[in-house]
Amino acid sequence: MADTLLNHERPPIFCPGCSHDQVLRSLDKAFLNMGLAGNEICMVSDIGCSGFFDVFFHTHAMHGVHGRALTYAAGIKMVQPDLNVVVTMGDGGLGIGGAHVIAACRRNLDLTLLVLNNYNFGMTGGQYSVSTPQEAQVGSGFLNRLDKPLDLASLATATGAPYVCRCSTYQKDLTDILEEAIAYEGFSVVDIHGICPGRYTKLNKLTPQSIADSLEAQEPICGPVAANQREEYRSAYMREIAALAEPPRPREVEARLTPPSQGRQEVSILGAAGGRVITAGELLALAGMSAGLFATQKNEYNVTVLRGPSIADLILAPEPIDYNGSVNPSVVVALSDEGVERRQGIFAQLDAEALILAAPGVELPPSQAQVRTMDLKAMGIKKADWATASLAFMAQMNLVLTPEMLMSALEQRFKGKTLQAVKDMLGKVRVEEG
Amino acid sequence: MALSLMEGNEAVAWGAFDAGCRFFAGYPITPATTIYNTMLSLLPPAGGVVMQGEDEIASLGYCLGASMAGAKVMTATSGPGISLYSEHISFAIASEIPVVIIDVQRLGPSTGYATKGADGDIQFLRWGNTGGCTGIVLSPVDVADCYTLTIQAFNLAEVYRCPVFVASSKEIGMTRESVDLAALERPALRERALQPEGQAYMPFRPAPGTEVPYFAPIGGEVISRQTSSMHGENGYMTPVPGEIQALVERLDRKLIDEVDKFSFYELYEEEGSETLLITYGVTSRAAKEACREMTAAGRPTSLLVLKTLWPVPQGLIKNLAAGYQQIAVVEANLGQYVREIRRILPDKPVEFFGVMDGKLISPAEIKEALHG
Repeated sequence: MADTLLNHERPPIFCPGCSHDQVLRSLDKAFLNMGLAGNEICMVSDIGCSGFFDVFFHTHAMHGVHGRALTYAAGIKMVQPDLNVVVTMGDGGLGIGGAHVIAACRRNLDLTLLVLNNYNFGMTGGQYSVSTPQEAQVGSGFLNRLDKPLDLASLATATGAPYVCRCSTYQKDLTDILEEAIAYEGFSVVDIHGICPGRYTKLNKLTPQSIADSLEAQEPICGPVAANQREEYRSAYMREIAALAEPPRPREVEARLTPPSQGRQEVSILGAAGGRVITAGELLALAGMSAGLFATQKNEYNVTVLRGPSIADLILAPEPIDYNGSVNPSVVVALSDEGVERRQGIFAQLDAEALILAAPGVELPPSQAQVRTMDLKAMGIKKADWATASLAFMAQMNLVLTPEMLMSALEQRFKGKTLQAVKDMLGKVRVEEG
Repeated sequence: MALSLMEGNEAVAWGAFDAGCRFFAGYPITPATTIYNTMLSLLPPAGGVVMQGEDEIASLGYCLGASMAGAKVMTATSGPGISLYSEHISFAIASEIPVVIIDVQRLGPSTGYATKGADGDIQFLRWGNTGGCTGIVLSPVDVADCYTLTIQAFNLAEVYRCPVFVASSKEIGMTRESVDLAALERPALRERALQPEGQAYMPFRPAPGTEVPYFAPIGGEVISRQTSSMHGENGYMTPVPGEIQALVERLDRKLIDEVDKFSFYELYEEEGSETLLITYGVTSRAAKEACREMTAAGRPTSLLVLKTLWPVPQGLIKNLAAGYQQIAVVEANLGQYVREIRRILPDKPVEFFGVMDGKLISPAEIKEALHG
């Protein structure tokens, strides 16, 4: 067993009197007390003086971008669960990586976060950080007087960290605290206050005693947080996935039916969001494939979920399809004004062979196409089903698809009660003569 | 032949799964979200990990940690997410971390239009990192390519230890089409070269006869050291100009000098054609129709569809363009890749046609642009 895990190739080079140096040595002692070898530990760090920790230890190491150390640590721990993953960051990393700190507290993956909190950005000239007291003199002029300092322990507790400690570099029991934090099975946060002699104490009076006094003036916190005790994340993740069934490979459509007409067919379904237009498009594609046709389905809708147009452009063709912007539909299903308005450009191009199947009241731009009204409402069909019902309308007319092709598509897409409900709904569709 | 109905994003996920990817982290964004959805249905039942990042920076950070721990990893986003990935793309390039990044491009600039496509990120994917060293960018044309090129992307990420992008688009990722799964090309899987046992580990020394270092996973027996800082072969920070230059040159050279080995393309040569049309992505589908129609109308036009965009497959393009009087480049942006074509073919007239209006470029527009 080695007597230190410090890296003999890279001895520590912190400023004389820097609190980081003491934390480094306490952490080394903690590792040794726990009987850990270098390859059982990964030090993860980011930018700033705390970012030297990974180099000064002879352990696995990952040093990355400012504030992001917790993200690498999470990836490492999910893949290598037996590794002791210790993250160091400063109060700078705490600020820029705030979202990651909150996420880690909420998640409770078994990582240890040590924040080496010395109230300023040491490397860049002593600018103020999220933890700089308002009365301090720092390298950011008056700006730190305007921002309230962040107390990490309060943040971590409020966001779900199950182990939180606010402490001083100079506490006699720091090594014990670090050991307990590393041994804790879950996310542990240790906010370690200390002195930056290179910058902070040039203009501010700060001593181990004044740090101790200021910590004492706050509600002390060091250890497991009762309200936040729960199952560790990876263990909970593994429990959740244990019961999952493997998803089936993508379904293959058997081509056993005959399409009603030869050649390429293009169909535009112009509806509104919430009208199951995309599902109707999928059914039409599956129907075509059941008759040996190639299919593409290009959809258009807004990011709004239940508002705005929803459009599916389908191409069914006996040969593979290259360009799939639907240019010349033989059938246009016009279900809503929003959909028609979005595609108003296509109507002038429709020829006399084309057919528009329109819901009553939908305003159609002028075209040469034939128009048939589908009064699906009068057949007792809800508006959300009109897009699907229009396929039954087409099938009864032997237009683009046959009733058998539609049935095949339904059976591929739906199962059980849903399938029966869709079949019942489509059973109400009647194409009147004329 | 039996066909399956699938969108490009689902095909990417199946490609990743079949390539052995067992770690995915992502943040929801249209039009890439269905990759996340599909990975969530595929990986956990197979014992794999799916994480939703608190933001895109975290998503890629999770992937980099998991990759260094030895997993095959992937993330997926769209242009606004690539912006946030930038610092970790730089990390992955500098520190040779294998990762596959899917960019389902949407219409930009900025947050643009979430449900419309474009190929607006093509130069961004090459240059959106600090230091300017290159990664690899592959460009699918259809759903079948989404599957095959994702597997290729994993192979390349593993072999060359770098980020590999698949530059998909809303028009491929969210378009469903029939695809013959049994006929899909399934490249043989390749894995990163592991540190041989019993040797002192130099994490950034190229393995003998190659330009790529051996990999030792964080968490393995051998201590593995990773850093985003400028480093020497030993993985420690270095101020030595010679070591720095050697690293940055190797990072570029390991990909640029090898691009002939992964220059994916389709070529449709027409006898008598004086023009070679060059394109990529979903626009290739319109270009194929346009070239067929022009050829049938007595104006034979050849077509080169590039599926490796970065590093620029210079040898391939120069070689294939040699016999043509003129070159035409069509792309769904205001003129990005045409800059490369003009750079490597300085002696040929290179016409450009590009639109970025949220519609697919049509065969008619291409014919009009070429012949008026």
